[in-house]
Amino acid sequence: MTLTNDRDLGTPAPPDGARPVTVEIDGLPVTVGEGTSVLRAAALAGVDIPKLCATDSLDAFGSCRLCLVEVDGRRGTPASCTTPVADGMKVRTQTPKLAKLREGVMELYISDHPLDCLTCPANGDCELQDMAGVVGLRQVRYGYQGENHLDLEKDTSNPYFDFDPTKCIACSRCVRACGDIQGTFALTIEGRGFGSTVSAGAAEAFIDSECVSCGACVQACPTSTLQEKAVVELGIPTRTVLTTCAYCGVGCSLRAELRGDELVRMVPDKAGGANEGHACVKGRFAFGYATHPDRILHPMIRESITDEWRVVDWDTAIAYTAQRMRAIQERHGMGAIGGISSSRTTNEEVYVVQKMVRAAFGNNNIDTCARVCHSPTGYGLRQTFGESAGTQDFRSVAKCDVVVVIGANPTDGHPVFASRMKRRLREGAKLVVIDPRRIDLVRSPHIAAEHHLRIRPGTNVAMVNALAHVVVAEGLVNREFVDARCEGFDDWAEFVARPEHSPEAAEAVTGVPAGQVRAVARLYATGGNAAIYYGLGVTEHSQGSTMVMGMANLAMATGNIGRDGVGVNPLRGQNNVQGSCDMGSFPHELPGYRHVADDAVRTVFETMWQRPLLSEPGLRIPNMFDAAIDGSFRGLYVQGEDIAQSDPNTSHVFAALASLELLVVQDLFINETAKFAHVFLPGTSFLEKDGTFTNAERRINRVRPVMASQTGKQEWEIPCEIATAMGYPMSYTDASQIMDEIASLTPTFTGVSFDKLNRLGSVQWPCNDDAPEGTPIMHVDEFVRGKGKFVVTTFVPTTERSTRRFPLILTTGRILSQYNVGAQTRRTPNVVWHEEDILEIHPHDAEVRGICDGDSVTLASRAGETTLHAKLSDRMPVGVVYTTFHYPQSGANVVTTDNSDWATNCPEYKVTAVQVALRRSAAAAPARHESAEPPIGVS
Amino acid sequence: MATTPPEIRLATEIAAQFRHVPPEEAAHTIARHIHTFWDPRMRNRLKMQVAQAAGDCDALVADAASMVEVEPAELLGE
Repeated sequence: MTLTNDRDLGTPAPPDGARPVTVEIDGLPVTVGEGTSVLRAAALAGVDIPKLCATDSLDAFGSCRLCLVEVDGRRGTPASCTTPVADGMKVRTQTPKLAKLREGVMELYISDHPLDCLTCPANGDCELQDMAGVVGLRQVRYGYQGENHLDLEKDTSNPYFDFDPTKCIACSRCVRACGDIQGTFALTIEGRGFGSTVSAGAAEAFIDSECVSCGACVQACPTSTLQEKAVVELGIPTRTVLTTCAYCGVGCSLRAELRGDELVRMVPDKAGGANEGHACVKGRFAFGYATHPDRILHPMIRESITDEWRVVDWDTAIAYTAQRMRAIQERHGMGAIGGISSSRTTNEEVYVVQKMVRAAFGNNNIDTCARVCHSPTGYGLRQTFGESAGTQDFRSVAKCDVVVVIGANPTDGHPVFASRMKRRLREGAKLVVIDPRRIDLVRSPHIAAEHHLRIRPGTNVAMVNALAHVVVAEGLVNREFVDARCEGFDDWAEFVARPEHSPEAAEAVTGVPAGQVRAVARLYATGGNAAIYYGLGVTEHSQGSTMVMGMANLAMATGNIGRDGVGVNPLRGQNNVQGSCDMGSFPHELPGYRHVADDAVRTVFETMWQRPLLSEPGLRIPNMFDAAIDGSFRGLYVQGEDIAQSDPNTSHVFAALASLELLVVQDLFINETAKFAHVFLPGTSFLEKDGTFTNAERRINRVRPVMASQTGKQEWEIPCEIATAMGYPMSYTDASQIMDEIASLTPTFTGVSFDKLNRLGSVQWPCNDDAPEGTPIMHVDEFVRGKGKFVVTTFVPTTERSTRRFPLILTTGRILSQYNVGAQTRRTPNVVWHEEDILEIHPHDAEVRGICDGDSVTLASRAGETTLHAKLSDRMPVGVVYTTFHYPQSGANVVTTDNSDWATNCPEYKVTAVQVALRRSAAAAPARHESAEPPIGVS
Repeated sequence: MATTPPEIRLATEIAAQFRHVPPEEAAHTIARHIHTFWDPRMRNRLKMQVAQAAGDCDALVADAASMVEVEPAELLGE
């Protein structure tokens, strides 16, 4: 159930372009698309037919027998939800016969339902209650003496919702939501007839079942059978604020439902372009961190990181920051300070941070956490297509015939998009997975990958060249597309056609049988609309940028660009990765991806900002660390990123942070980085922000304040005040004024404003005079750079090799219930699903090391060593181990190295040579990696 | 752990991507990439490290480093 007043039209809309059909409902004519149900047609005519098992997010089911109607010329009383309209049909929804039937149905329902409405959590938000009123039920003639379900036990095992089977009407909405919307199929109806009951898995408790706690079942439930614990505790919400999720790059639109000023629940918005009414366990439920007692709400300063923090007022903290930053510059030069923006903050917040650095700090030492995830996407797609962004909207997957997932784990990392993808796969699209790890998508209910290319870590480019080889050598190139729209093809084709790039030759490198590679290349080139979806398994390599260009080459060669169902689609890790890059967070680019050396562009900014700007690139994050250690970089402002936990080679990062004279951290919590900080400036959660996020499909969505700022400031005000205190006045009346400035300076954003976003819901950039309502699909008629550019992609193996000392390869990833460094999700009940990071190791690798499931093991690389618990799993091939980095204690990045992508310095998280050994003192609790302790004596 | 100076290491990684093109063109491309993405102090350090490395440095990196002296505006546009 949901508070929202969206009218539920009962059944989904027919496909676009359906032939119009006119029918008459209770004498009212209405024209709808062929295939529309009578129930929906009636709703569109303004006639609400009683219903229980029907809802417009699910296909009609026809089980409740409440939506019965009479149709002139037809016998009986068909269910309107399963009866399609026909031209000239005359329908009656209110007759004495129907009233009697509906009353009888309701009487039976109520006879096996607890009559505790006044104390029920759903009182006032219950469709059963509503329908009892609608049908005019006045009496229930059957008592509770007979067989009933009223003694069934409530399942409270899930941390976010309860399952009370006594209130279940067996409408199957939850079961269908779990299957049709989420695609998990964890729920079923067990038993038959009167014995039918909803069951999670094989009669398990929800917490023990396959349920992924997306909450679709809770939302679909028409009664209080599946009910949020928050509603039980706090009551039915009374008002709604539409905002955007702050977790992954899907960027779901959510309705924050409040009771007074207290947030009760998040409900996905049906009109949300990215999610269309669905959410995941993080977005829907894991928002409690915003009010967690660990949050720091007051500024703090200290002279040395060995001192105690001192709480101060904002003016003192800002003045202290500005004075020390300027003092560093006076001693060590203008370039001795810099800043890092965050993909967890809004576009407006990111924009003011980079402006503070460029205009007030007077240099280009601004970088963003996209450096360590998707910077190769920006580089690779810019080189080939001309724009640093994905090509499609999420809807596009519904038109896809061949889905190629490379180095991504959508069901864990981007679950709501994964549900859309799975729906298309269940409809018959073919799936190819290229990944060392057997991700869930490879085989899950009603889905089986056509091919799983279990590639050796670090050999992506060899693989994409082999695929391209087949396309060229077997004459599968789309010559019409290439000739009309691309350049550089001949050189590239000659390159990939060389024998050393054949699948047979590549097999020794990638470990994938040549026949499989040939089959995948043929499928991709000839299987209809083919789309590539990729993640950090592509980018976080020493050849991340090369691989991105390789995928772009493949898409161009086969003509899989510029229409629905195709494209090259990065699945961005954090909610505003795209936006933080768009907003000029890279040290070489001003907002809109324009180089700082471009005089004309710089002049536009200098005129607006009234400050000369440097024409030279600044330091990237890894360069900042190196420069801190060599002494040329002394002051750093970090907003919303925990670089001490998330960045590779922890000992190197610790050394760099300890070298700084001034580290300013603006965040919600004292994170690992803040342990090295001299100034802590409290930030705001997404529930307090006013601004915009831009998701992986370039969709700009509004973020609206659900609660007042807990710190007394909007987060964008803080960089403005630091800049002002440093002698460069920066001020805005509100976030919309910042967006107006962005729009005035950025060609792809000229049509964006808060007014437009409020009116349209969202827009996908480019949004300008050429595309006033945005651009769902890019490169339709021509590429942004004019001709698509084929780039030769030489395979250069990583220097990180397994050796006798470090014979295994470690690769890292994430898990559904946790997010990034875990700062948010570790402070929610999501920890019940993932209490610690674990090391997945193949049983063979475990056995030869004497390791059993659950054992404490050491994980060592040339960079460092940490301790984890082992989980034996054949998800990983022999020779490859896997872990996540959600907990600072597990120290996954203690072992990762400072290898990086050649073009962008994006760290090579995905390939680290390691050794795993049984801890001799395994009986004891794991010692783990010690999380960041300030080094002694560093000031 | 590697002891190669960071800038030499980074430049060598870039150079590895362009060994398929003629050396002069490759050096020019590498220098252009460095100008596009590197902070001036890194460029200076690269030149200094290349000078210190003398003959031990990758030839392509050395050639590219010699071109890094050119004014950035002339090298941009990739």
